[in-house]
Amino acid sequence: MNILVIGRHPDIQQTILRLLNNQPGWRAAGALTDEEAVDIFAAQPFDVVLIGGGVDESSEAKLAIEFKHRKPDVKIVRHFGGGSGLLFAEVMEAMKK
Amino acid sequence: MDRNGFLKKSITTLAAAVGAAKVTKAEKQAEIVQQVGFEHLPSLNNKTMNSVLHKANTRGHANHGWLDTNHTFSFAHYYDPERMNFGALRVLNDDFVDGGQGFGRHPHDNMEIISIPLAGDLEHKDSMGNVAVIRQNDVQIMSAGTGVYHSEYNKNPDSKVNFLQIWLFPKERNITPRYDQRTFKPEDRVNKLQQIVSPVKEDNGVWINQDAWFHLGNFKKDFKTDYTINKKGNGVYAFVINGDVTINGQKLNKRDGFGVWDTDKLSIAADSDAEVLLMEVPMN
Repeated sequence: MNILVIGRHPDIQQTILRLLNNQPGWRAAGALTDEEAVDIFAAQPFDVVLIGGGVDESSEAKLAIEFKHRKPDVKIVRHFGGGSGLLFAEVMEAMKK
Repeated sequence: MDRNGFLKKSITTLAAAVGAAKVTKAEKQAEIVQQVGFEHLPSLNNKTMNSVLHKANTRGHANHGWLDTNHTFSFAHYYDPERMNFGALRVLNDDFVDGGQGFGRHPHDNMEIISIPLAGDLEHKDSMGNVAVIRQNDVQIMSAGTGVYHSEYNKNPDSKVNFLQIWLFPKERNITPRYDQRTFKPEDRVNKLQQIVSPVKEDNGVWINQDAWFHLGNFKKDFKTDYTINKKGNGVYAFVINGDVTINGQKLNKRDGFGVWDTDKLSIAADSDAEVLLMEVPMN
């Protein structure tokens, strides 16, 4: 499963990426800006996008529409907690919907 | 597409999508961006249609050696789709940490984190510069907001610390991180409910970035009381710290959890000397 993590806090993002990449079969990439997120999304097939800390609603809306336009079945999820014990369940629940 | 192209196209696409469907931006966004959890998940084992029972021995359990923990809701390697949350209440961990051990420096964002020590002393340090030890009768809250790092260690080298770690989804995301702790008099919750968390800054209790109210009660056997919901639509999750109680006709024992929604009031009766934590939270 390929996961894109978008968040504004570099250290927190590194923690999230490390935790996700520790899961067998999961591959995660990160973006700190909207522009970087769009470029990465265009270059790789992602199943899940986690929208994390610091991303405002305006950016969230723009990104969500762009990603859904490019890949209608992508799951886009608000991430809470910042690389915590919630991550695994968050991704698993997203894939169910 | 180049970056400027993306931004221009996004605005155009958003405007077209919003206009064509005659929906608001927020409604459009809600359709495609999921928030995992934040809706109650009625269990097939419900006693009634508006309650959920989590017996103590059904909680997720993990023993890491230095940490012996029980998860009421899915956390870390414990994942049960039926046990994701109760409304805004996402985490209720009952942690026992060995002497001198603890959680090293780690990050959080966008979460309201409440710690309630039940026994022992817990040392907290965070990236906001707070260094504190919280003990029994203290309540600590941290709004993780845009991001904080913190560590939590058992202050004592030779005895365990037991504390409840409670996380709520925030009402407002990306706020400036914030820390607070207060000490509450145990005599003020004997046969009464003592408010320890509130969204009203002038109120009793630590302030929380959510429409949530927490109360502790230390009841003598046969004491009875009611709890009235503060905000219409909220539910209440009761956690029995010690003893036996009956809430709305449901018998509960030590460390059981019982959530009730679509109600204005709870009736509580102590079947033995008992200590109860009530967490009133938004359900959607």
